[in-house]
Formats: sequence, C-alpha cells, structure tokens
Amino acid sequence: MNLMMLLEMAANGLEDRVAVGSVDGGLTYRQLFEQAGEAAARFRADPGTKVVLCDESSPAVPVALFGAAWAGMPYVPLNYRLPDDDLRSLAERSAPGVAIGDDAGAVRLAGVDGLTAVTRDHFIGDRSGGAPATESGDWSMDAEDIAVLLFTSGTTGAPKSAVLRHKHLVSYILGSVEFMGAGEDEATIVSVPPYHVAGVSAMLSSVYAGRRIVQLPKFDADTWIDTVEAEGVTHAMVVPTMLARIVEALDARGGEPLLGVRALSYGGGKMPEPVIRRALDLFPITNFVNAYGLTETSSTIALLGPDDHRVAQYSDDEGERARLKSAGRPLPGVEVSIRDDDFNEVASGEVGEIFVRGEQVSGEYLEKGSLLNNDGWFPTRDGGFIDEGGYLFVQGRNDDVIIRGGENLSPGEIEDVLLTDERVKEAAAIGVPDTEWGEKVVAVIVPAAECPGSELPDLVRSRLRSSRVPAHVEFVDELPYNDTGKLLRRVLRENYAHLGDDPAD
Amino acid sequence: MVELKPGARFQSTVCTTEVIVVKGAGEADLTCGGAAMVAAGTGEVAGAPAADAAEGTLLGKRYSDEADTIELLATKAGDGSLGVGGSALAVAQAKTLPASD
Repeated sequence: MNLMMLLEMAANGLEDRVAVGSVDGGLTYRQLFEQAGEAAARFRADPGTKVVLCDESSPAVPVALFGAAWAGMPYVPLNYRLPDDDLRSLAERSAPGVAIGDDAGAVRLAGVDGLTAVTRDHFIGDRSGGAPATESGDWSMDAEDIAVLLFTSGTTGAPKSAVLRHKHLVSYILGSVEFMGAGEDEATIVSVPPYHVAGVSAMLSSVYAGRRIVQLPKFDADTWIDTVEAEGVTHAMVVPTMLARIVEALDARGGEPLLGVRALSYGGGKMPEPVIRRALDLFPITNFVNAYGLTETSSTIALLGPDDHRVAQYSDDEGERARLKSAGRPLPGVEVSIRDDDFNEVASGEVGEIFVRGEQVSGEYLEKGSLLNNDGWFPTRDGGFIDEGGYLFVQGRNDDVIIRGGENLSPGEIEDVLLTDERVKEAAAIGVPDTEWGEKVVAVIVPAAECPGSELPDLVRSRLRSSRVPAHVEFVDELPYNDTGKLLRRVLRENYAHLGDDPAD
Repeated sequence: MVELKPGARFQSTVCTTEVIVVKGAGEADLTCGGAAMVAAGTGEVAGAPAADAAEGTLLGKRYSDEADTIELLATKAGDGSLGVGGSALAVAQAKTLPASD
C-alpha cells in the first residue's frame, strides 16, 4: 500500500476534474499526479531522506505529500508558528532532507545542516528541473514504509514524532471514504494548517472522494465566509475556536444563514455547547459531524453524525439533547473500549481511559516506539465513557493539558514562570471552560507574601506567549494534593469551574 | 491459486484490471475475465476476457463474494469481471459515512 495508490486512482478516474484550487486555473487530478512524479524525481536526486515542509496551506502541500510518498521518503510538515529556535531544532532533527517553504519559511530554514531549502514558488513554479512522471508509478508498495511524521505539540517535554505508516493512512481512507463519492460540484475548504493531522487527512480524503480542495492559509472568519461563497464551497472542517468566530461573524452580518454549506465537521478540542447550538441555527440545512480522533490514530476514530445533531437541536428529551456533547460512535473497523487503571473494561456510563484499536491506529513514536499493547490497544490518554446507546463521551486529556484555541498548553510551563516570583509559594495552572477559546487559563496561587494578582499575568506575559497568560488569578491557603503528594488538578478544575462561561457545564 | 491477505495486490492477465485485497485470508482461485489473476506487476496481459466474464471491473468499486468473506477494491479498471472459485463477485454496497475531514 502507498498513498500514491489513492492519487493514481483519482488521476485515472477523474482526469481533468480540479483537485486543488479554483474551478478556473486549479490543479487537476492528472496534473497533481504529474507534479507529484516530478517532485519525487527531485526528492530522489537529493542526498536527504525526508521531505520537510515549512509552509502555510498552498498547492505545494499536496504535491510535497504525494511526491514524498512516491519517492519513498517520510513527509514532515513543521509548525511554522513556532519561534525560530524551536522551529530550527525540529528542522535539525528532521535532516537530512529537502525542505520546502514559503519565502519566509525557506529563509528560516536556510543553513540548517543537511537540509536543502527550496522556496514554494521554485518547487511548484519551476518545473524544468523535474523529470517527467513515468506513466506507471515506481513507488514502493511496502505498507510498512513511513508516510508521514507529525511532531506533537510537546506539552510534556520535547516534541515527539508520531509515526504514520502507509498502511495506517491508506486503511483510514479505504475504511471511511467512498472512491469518487463526491459530486463534481463539491468543494471543501481546508483551514487547518498542514502540520495538523487533519491537514494531512483532508488532502487524502478529498483526493480519494474527488472533492475539490480550496485552501485558506490564514484563518479569519470573514475571509472564511467570503471564500465559502466565492468558491462555491460545500464542505468544511473547523476546530471549535474557528466555529465560534464564524458564528460571531455571521451574527455580526445580520444572522443570515449560510445555505451553500452541505456538510460541516468539527473536532480537535471541546466544542462549547452555545457555539454548536447557534451554528445549528445559522447552518439550518447543513449536515454536522463531530469527529473525534488523534494524530496517533490517523485522524477520526469516532463521529457524531448529522441526524444526531438535528435530533439534539430540536428534542425536548434531556438524553437526546445531551448527545451534542458526544463524539458519537466508532468508525467501522475501529474498536473503542473504556478501561480502568487495571485495564479492565468498565460498564457503560462509567468513566475510564479511552482505548482504541484498528488498522488505522499507529500509536507509535520515532523516539519511543509503539505504545500499542500486545492486543493492539492504544491508550489515548483521554478520559471518557460510553453511554447505554453506544455513544462515546470524551472528557478531556488525562494529562491535564490545557487546550486553548486548539493549542495544547502545558500547566507546568506556566507554573514554572509563576514560581520565579518570590512572593509565590505554590502555583497551579488549570483550564476552565471558555466559549471562545474552549478553555482559558486560571492560576491558583498559595502566596508567600502579599502579592497583587494583577502583577502575575504580566510576569507570564513577559516570559511566554500570550496564549499562556492567566485570565484569572485566585489565592488560596493550600492546594489539594493526594497521599503521594500529587496535585489534584481535577479538584481545582471543579472548584473554579464557575470562572468559566460555558453555562452548559 | 493465490494467497489472499489484506493489502495484497493482484492483476488480470487478460485485461487492465488490478485489485487490492481489503478482506480475505488463505488460498483462493481468483480470476478476472475467466483467467487466473497473478501478483500485481508479475504478469503479461494477453488475449481477451472470456465471454461469460466480460462485464467489466469498475475503478474504485469494492467486490465481494456471497458469503462476504472476501472483499476486493479495484485500483485499475478493466474489461474482465472478477470471480472466486468459479463464482462471480458482485459490487459491494458503498459505505455512506459522512465526510469528517
């Protein structure tokens, strides 16, 4: 198996239909196939062994992804929002290889030992250097080859590289997408960045379904709405913060429904209930899908479908309305099981850790190998339960990571800064529900001396990125710990939930 | 006879059809156009499909046997139709999952 098998089928079955870009002037499936072949020739001519990407969404993304698969080299998209030092550190770990970036990205990666930096314009604009694609592809069909390496956000230490092999991604696509299932008039807007697993799976799913990809490099709600209307977009995938902004922008425009969007899926974090309820009103005939998945599972493993959304919107039954908080049911071919600390399966309705098993589940990191147990189960580190109807409810990271605007924040990083102030004796950073950001940061402090609460956010702001700055500072006499001295963050989250503004909780 | 396992690929010897095994295990008498299929990339294409096995194989469609123990995905289309042990394979019902990414 190879990702190129998916593109080859699309090129043979769809030929001149536009794969990426506008109906006029976009890249067809045949052209995408040819450019992937040329890119593969370029990659193979380089002494490197990986294809690194430091670019926003652009046509270079699918060309690099499929070209890397053709050449038999892992595709490694980097988070271009990282500070220079962090970005270069990941680039150094990815060398030797070819690095493709927009002008800024190519400059930032210039001089990294072992990386050949190429600008996006040169990569897809100047095609004279590449050899013409061979008619029959000569890619490896070894399903064990690594297709994609995705760096985790590194909240609990240095970022790790999640390994997705061809067998995982191809299994995911064959198991969840119907070949050429999209009509010729369908188009999907991709607003998640290329270094997110959804940015990878969106390319693969759309190509295999035959759905035109419209890329939005920098998310902005008004640009998103305008692009949807101008490009005839019918499908979209957004993270919760994007949907919150889109809902606000539509309301600011007078609350006119957006009728052209036939399907809207969301995932990547906790969706505040007021946002999804308002979205259901503003997209009255759209099919909503809540998708739950992880990088290590090749994207979606469970989803809540369109009918459940509409039932939950209009029902008076509490149980049916509560389904909006559910991640739905597992995909065919994926097993989900809730286990206690001793790995025993718990009864329906009881909370435990979510385990998942299936051909699309990798659960592997370059640095520490496979985390699958002997029976193939992957521990997601997410807590949750399955109700009597078989619906999965995800309750958040067991690791206490704060997820703000789709960004994973490490409490320890914030606490370390707070503790540098000598008036702070103990510090805990937790997340509480927030309608706009999913979660916001609350700092709970045991003071050593009198300390104005307003000074601590400034301290964090001076040392860390603005997303880490506490929205609230609370003072207490002592923090809750268990017998072994472990901070009970769960208790803090309950105690300070009232500072959140998500009334549904 | 060929050995079936998920991910294995086979080609027709009488038309352009190629398939990948989605489901199935063990030895099977896999045919296309009435002639035995071989591992992809290992055989020549010559002749034409037999008259009773020439309904064609469609790109991207899934084919399964009556007992639903075997499922093949056509990665290249061709004029021959697929069979196992003398029985024709039928187009499997398409999955209707909503798009999630």
